[in-house]
Amino acid sequence: MAHTLSTFAYLVASVLFILALRGLSHPETSRRGNLYGMVGMGLAVVATLAQPGMGGGGLVLILAGIVLGGGIGTVLAQRIQMTALPQLVAAFHSLVGLAAVFVAAAAFYNPESFGIGVPGNIKAGSLVEMSLGLAIGAITFSGSLIAFAKLQALMSGAPITFKGQHWLNLGLGILLLVLVIAFIATGSGVLFWLIALLALGLGFLLIIPIGGADMPVVVSMLNSYSGWAAAGIGFTVGNLLLIVTGALVGASGAILSYIMCKGMNRSIVNVLLGGFGSDPAAASAAGGGGPARPVKAGSPEDAAYLMKNAGKIIIVPGYGMAVAQAQQVLREMGDLLKKEGVEVSYAIHPVAGRMPGHMNVLLAEANVPYDEVHELEEINPEFAEADVAYVIGANDVTNPAAKTDKSSAIYGMPILDVERAKTVFFVKRGMSSGYAGVENELFFRDNTMMLFGDAKKVTQQIVQALQK
Amino acid sequence: MNPTDLANQASATAERALALAAQARQMAEAAAPAIAHGAAAAEPFLLLLTIFLLACFVGYYVVWNVTPALHSPLMGVTNAISSVIVVGAILATGLGDSWAAKFFGFLAVTLASVNIFGGFMVTRRMLAMFKKKG
Repeated sequence: MAHTLSTFAYLVASVLFILALRGLSHPETSRRGNLYGMVGMGLAVVATLAQPGMGGGGLVLILAGIVLGGGIGTVLAQRIQMTALPQLVAAFHSLVGLAAVFVAAAAFYNPESFGIGVPGNIKAGSLVEMSLGLAIGAITFSGSLIAFAKLQALMSGAPITFKGQHWLNLGLGILLLVLVIAFIATGSGVLFWLIALLALGLGFLLIIPIGGADMPVVVSMLNSYSGWAAAGIGFTVGNLLLIVTGALVGASGAILSYIMCKGMNRSIVNVLLGGFGSDPAAASAAGGGGPARPVKAGSPEDAAYLMKNAGKIIIVPGYGMAVAQAQQVLREMGDLLKKEGVEVSYAIHPVAGRMPGHMNVLLAEANVPYDEVHELEEINPEFAEADVAYVIGANDVTNPAAKTDKSSAIYGMPILDVERAKTVFFVKRGMSSGYAGVENELFFRDNTMMLFGDAKKVTQQIVQALQK
Repeated sequence: MNPTDLANQASATAERALALAAQARQMAEAAAPAIAHGAAAAEPFLLLLTIFLLACFVGYYVVWNVTPALHSPLMGVTNAISSVIVVGAILATGLGDSWAAKFFGFLAVTLASVNIFGGFMVTRRMLAMFKKKG
């Protein structure tokens, strides 16, 4: 009876989780969706605590863990700056991975709790599922740590590559498979921890060759992995809720990875093999080596004058805006322009920033209404009618070479048609090329004016000029 | 061999065939429960797999419906709900009777709780910022 009741509670929690994701189809319904998610989680925890046999010292430990972990999580979530969101999410993914490893370990040493055998004699099927959950969990953990270190700038965002890297990874992958098979055959504890260690190492090695600007894909992919790890553990302990949730999260991460890859016109394999943009030969071949070409540089005052008299302005933010923390002053600029009767909207490229939807959150934080912020397909036709495109902290995603130059590293990538605007202002610190190592054709166009300087300072100067 | 013999032989063969068919039917009837029983033995895993695959499809369709503007909150929510692994951790800690199970279970409960609270809270913070014009 108690079992039926808890199974029913898990079913309700699964439905609530699905509704939580469903709510995210629109900002208006999303807040209620998040609430559904919380209720579902609460229900799942309570139903589990109400299982027969639960009590005594174990219960104290569980509550201590929830209070301790919950406290840390709450403080982190309240204090984190929105620009640091990608690294927070990466850190959270690593915790899910590690938790999966620990649950697998607990199930290995005490299989009776889950009815999958006795220590030293666990069902083969359960060992398969356990090793899957363990390996994916460990890879998620160490991979997310590297992603975190790169995003937090604890290590260089540049790809780390060496000779034979992919062969080494392939060899380790095969070794991991052999260990898993041996573990299933023997159920040995030594092999259990060897699998964990090897998977940890593999997680490190898989992520180090991937560069900083590819992090949206990496973060999405690790999101997906954390789901598969949860599903693997769900199969091990025979829990429906874990399996359903793991599948939901796994699918979600996979779709996000796909969207990010499509946003760069690169295959997931190409991203995962890494080393993108680190090839100096390709960079110089793309035009960096030639004599300096003339560009037009303007002053913030010029920009302010032109924008004040414009009818329609489209702002194109990129990761550089996040780095310079320019979102607030950007919104001030937008407000002043709107007062002058200018129509202001924002264009977001799918891979702008360091995680999916990063720019949308930063603009929302700066109080930019979400109905002024548009996706690529939505806004691209409007550039032709715009008087000014204000590019701040974006580069590769505006490069028209992606449409015309077949030899370019970014050929075929969907870009924002910034060049169709009457005037393009390009806020940039210098003439350096973007992440792909490709020089941006846009800099040399007649209708482009470069505004050299820090994104925040330049925008501030424009705001001051507009206020005069 | 005369025609009468042939006819007799044919009818004998036909009778034998009938008997065989009846036997086969009996055997099939006897086997049916056994097959059903075999299916039941394999059922728990197949059932879980069925649920898993269906949930993948549900996830696929639901997530394609998420507006790109909310992809960051989506990561926050999925991160929080993937910590439902806490269920396994609680079972391990509460029902386990070895120190190892309790130790690993406790660590897993703590880590998953960081995620649950952190994930839902940070998502709530993000979503609260998305406002309409005016």
